[in-house]
Amino acid sequence: MDITAKTAVEMHDLLVAKEVSAVELTKAFIERIRAVEEKVSAYVSVSEDLALKQAGQVDARIARGETPGSLEGIPMGLKDNICTKGMRTTCSSKMLENFVPPFEATVTERLRKAGTICLGKLNMDEFAMGSSTENSHFRFTRNPWDLACVPGGSSGGPAAAVAADEAAYSLGSDTGGSIRQPAAFCGVVGLKPTYGAVSRYGLIAYASSLDQIGPVSKDVRDNALVMNCIAGYDAKDSTSVNYGKPDYTQFLVDDIQGLRIGIPREYLGDGTDPRVAEVIRKAVGILQDLGAQVDECSLPHTEYAIPAYYLIATAECSSNLARYDGVGFGYRGGGAEDIVDMVSKTRAEGFGPEVKRRIMLGTYALSSGYYDAYYLKAQKVRTLIKGDFDRAFAEYDVLLSPVAPTPAFKFGEKSSDPLAMYLSDVCTVPVNLAGIPAITLPAGFAGVLPVGLHLMGKAFDEGTLYRVAYTFEQNTEFHKAKPDLGVEVRADGLAR
Amino acid sequence: MAVEGKRGGERVKISRSDVEHVALLARLELTEPEIEMFTEQLNSILEYAAVLEQLNTDGVSPTAHVLPLHNVLREDVVRPSLEQEKALMNAPDAENGFFRVPRIV
Amino acid sequence: MAWQDRYEMVCGVETHVELATKTKIFCGCSTEFGGEQNTHVCPVCLGMPGVLPVLNREVVNLAIKAGLALNCEIAEFSKFDRKNYYYPDLPKNYQTSQYDLPICTKGWVTIETEERVKKIGITRAHMEEDAGKLVHSGETIMSSDESYVDYNRTGVPLLEIVSEPDMRSVPEVLAYLEQLVQILQYTEVSDCRMEQGSVRFDINVSLRRLGADGFGIRTETKNLNSFSSVRRCLEYETERQAQVLNGGGQVIQETRTWDEGKGITLALRTKEEAHDYRYFPEPDLVPLVIGRDWVERIRTTLPELPAERRLRYLELGLSEYDAGVLVAAKPLADFFDRALIRFDQAKVLVNWVTGDFLRLLNANQQSAAESRLSPEQFAELMGLIDQGVISGKIGKNVLEEMYLTGKDPSLIVKEKNLAQISDEGTLLRIVDEVLAAHPQSVEDFRAGKEKAIGFLVGRVMKATKGQGNPGLVNRLLREKMT
Repeated sequence: MDITAKTAVEMHDLLVAKEVSAVELTKAFIERIRAVEEKVSAYVSVSEDLALKQAGQVDARIARGETPGSLEGIPMGLKDNICTKGMRTTCSSKMLENFVPPFEATVTERLRKAGTICLGKLNMDEFAMGSSTENSHFRFTRNPWDLACVPGGSSGGPAAAVAADEAAYSLGSDTGGSIRQPAAFCGVVGLKPTYGAVSRYGLIAYASSLDQIGPVSKDVRDNALVMNCIAGYDAKDSTSVNYGKPDYTQFLVDDIQGLRIGIPREYLGDGTDPRVAEVIRKAVGILQDLGAQVDECSLPHTEYAIPAYYLIATAECSSNLARYDGVGFGYRGGGAEDIVDMVSKTRAEGFGPEVKRRIMLGTYALSSGYYDAYYLKAQKVRTLIKGDFDRAFAEYDVLLSPVAPTPAFKFGEKSSDPLAMYLSDVCTVPVNLAGIPAITLPAGFAGVLPVGLHLMGKAFDEGTLYRVAYTFEQNTEFHKAKPDLGVEVRADGLAR
Repeated sequence: MAVEGKRGGERVKISRSDVEHVALLARLELTEPEIEMFTEQLNSILEYAAVLEQLNTDGVSPTAHVLPLHNVLREDVVRPSLEQEKALMNAPDAENGFFRVPRIV
Repeated sequence: MAWQDRYEMVCGVETHVELATKTKIFCGCSTEFGGEQNTHVCPVCLGMPGVLPVLNREVVNLAIKAGLALNCEIAEFSKFDRKNYYYPDLPKNYQTSQYDLPICTKGWVTIETEERVKKIGITRAHMEEDAGKLVHSGETIMSSDESYVDYNRTGVPLLEIVSEPDMRSVPEVLAYLEQLVQILQYTEVSDCRMEQGSVRFDINVSLRRLGADGFGIRTETKNLNSFSSVRRCLEYETERQAQVLNGGGQVIQETRTWDEGKGITLALRTKEEAHDYRYFPEPDLVPLVIGRDWVERIRTTLPELPAERRLRYLELGLSEYDAGVLVAAKPLADFFDRALIRFDQAKVLVNWVTGDFLRLLNANQQSAAESRLSPEQFAELMGLIDQGVISGKIGKNVLEEMYLTGKDPSLIVKEKNLAQISDEGTLLRIVDEVLAAHPQSVEDFRAGKEKAIGFLVGRVMKATKGQGNPGLVNRLLREKMT
């Protein structure tokens, strides 16, 4: 097995045992990227020089006798909406094609301090708006399991990169399912943390009241380790919560005896692909065999979640994206006579169609005479949806559902019908509206395509999600399956 | 903006001129095909969103923040600003330490 | 016929005042005025992608303080909202402000004009961020092909204070503004440096038929930054509206701008859509819950307000005029109060403070707080004059010297040997010399010409270089001649 296929924990052990150096490990990833990137296209930019420099520093510390920290020297990738000081951050938009932040996001500052290696920035739907990464200004990212299929979105790059062993793990962002759906489509583990658990400082905003950064990883343990590094209070984010971040690895126990799991019936509607339903049915059987009590339950306002989500998210986005006006940073449209003309051309030329569509919808929803009917109404619905979860969590420790009604779909299959694309977010958006955490992990296949299991938890109870996910993982083999990208693996597995 | 018959459960129809007005508010210069496309798509999305009208939300307070946080404040202590060069580093057009923009009126 | 014979003016004012904090409202950049362009900026106030605001505690403290001084109710629950509009001085193209739940509501201030004492209602006061500054390549914004943006001022905290449409005359408006600015300076909520643009006024004005109940259609003239501009603007705008109405026309409800050079208001003509600010709750900031303990803590920091101070001065026996002069300039009144602790003859003190001292301050364009002279030194000078150590006339010279050097008055008197000569022996010798030199005046005095004594006193004072004790000199002369 190529070293890049290992988990971060396994790589860490090799570093500690000095069986591999950080530079060798980094070079192995750079080679892997070179080998598969023409098929997968997960990256917007690869920072080879920076990665090797950081790896050299880690090796120097190890040579001085320091024991590397759990993520130290491990190469990873970042969704390209997370600001990196001095390193281009594009949001996969023409608007920010040449934007170089003069500041660092809180999460990347924490990762840098932990000695992680940054391989580069990962592709996404433009400004995180989309469910297929087809809305990237730069390129399509392909699903490593079937190159004719989308990797999901908006964090398509982060999910595909981890699935294709182009990064040990990655960070994505999730506003309505943007970590979980691509992680499920690509057969990896993705966590959307509780709103307020991970600082949003440096995350280029799509919808501020819904956005969260979270880890995408090969297994549950790696995921918990990344959360240990990035989560926790940050004074730079007013919505960050000082909740007493635990060591998440303490929840990695193979035991769910007596745990109460609810399955909201609204999440397995008529639109659910029978192959997906079958995977979920089997997964439920496994969890029951492991001692969980599983019952059907109801979240009655679910059907209102998608319209409420799209009204709130687009309203916030119409305001958040107003700053792209060609004045202070980013693209500027040419040939304008005056400021209004310049700004309108800048935005017409700098944004793609999905971003424009959402800005239009959100502007309309906030405009005079419509605020009460749309935005305010949606916020009231948000209260009801949150109430649904509160009632369900009085009875259940976690809720279980598919991540998406279907496995990964073909390119172009849904891109002509925005509404159909929006509807596929049915299982993921209620979580963002309620601000609660949710995790997805590999639970089976529909043909060659992976299918994910979606677990939702109480606010700040990522621990229980990790416990259930870890137990499931310990008793199944789905997370060990690898897509075949037709790349030869060197006999020694190492790039010595 | 023209609102066509919102009474009796009929849906609001977004007209072409509504789309043009919203585009001006949002500072998006739209092409002719874009105006047509957005008129159609916004109508179909809002038609779908009309399901919210069926839901009685009387007495429900809106949720702007999912967290019960309040009074998050910082102390009034000066922190270093950016150097002028860094502030202007990403500017499409700058001169003499200023951001430059075309005619305003 | 003047318009005042047919119409009554109705005016309300929105005042934007920069709060006296060290840092901006949502980031740690300095609020200091006058830095080189775009040097008091950071990713947050530049509105860069990915940044987040964090509210400055002192902004809330000052807003509460202003609210208390303006007799407002302080909201127990308050929040920020985004006001969305495009303008190049606003980097995010939305202003973080407060919409439906402002921090202060329902206050008032008392004003006094020649005609009456009256309460002007304060509708609300809310916190928001200031915008940047535009510099135009041509003479005006209209004639410039391009403009330059400086974001140093972006994010400086503002309090927007909205009055009720309670003012009915230009003097009432000016009295309101003066009272408001005084209160803000007294409470140290703002330094209100108008020349630096730290206070700006938007004037809403309309006319209505005398005796009418309803309001006429109003115009809003934005961004006036001095009392004299407000006065001239109101005079122009009321006259303009009266002409429109007299001509049978209708005033158009619109936003206008003041052309200081021409002394006229102009409709702001832009490509702008009808204003639709699309306010919604700011998702990046959490609400404020202001407990009564917080409000009471701020209340204890409130200083004596101008109206109370004026009353106290009148009780001390000062004239309306003197009390007004002191109260109008808080540093001068503070100076007076401190000097009064050591020299308790208020009326004597106020003559010196509002007379020679104020003249020196004005000539040097300084406030009393900026002068090198301390109130304690000033009180000492008053004591020297009162005890007859120096004459009032010498006192004026000593004051000037103190003002220049900051030295103690007793030191100046000693160094320059300015103390009055009250020694009878010394003075008698000089008196004898003067009498011997002016026999004609002695004769005139003895013949009943009282005026002659004045001449003789003058000669003695000249011979003592002004240091002779004038009362003593007078007595000695009279004794010698009778």
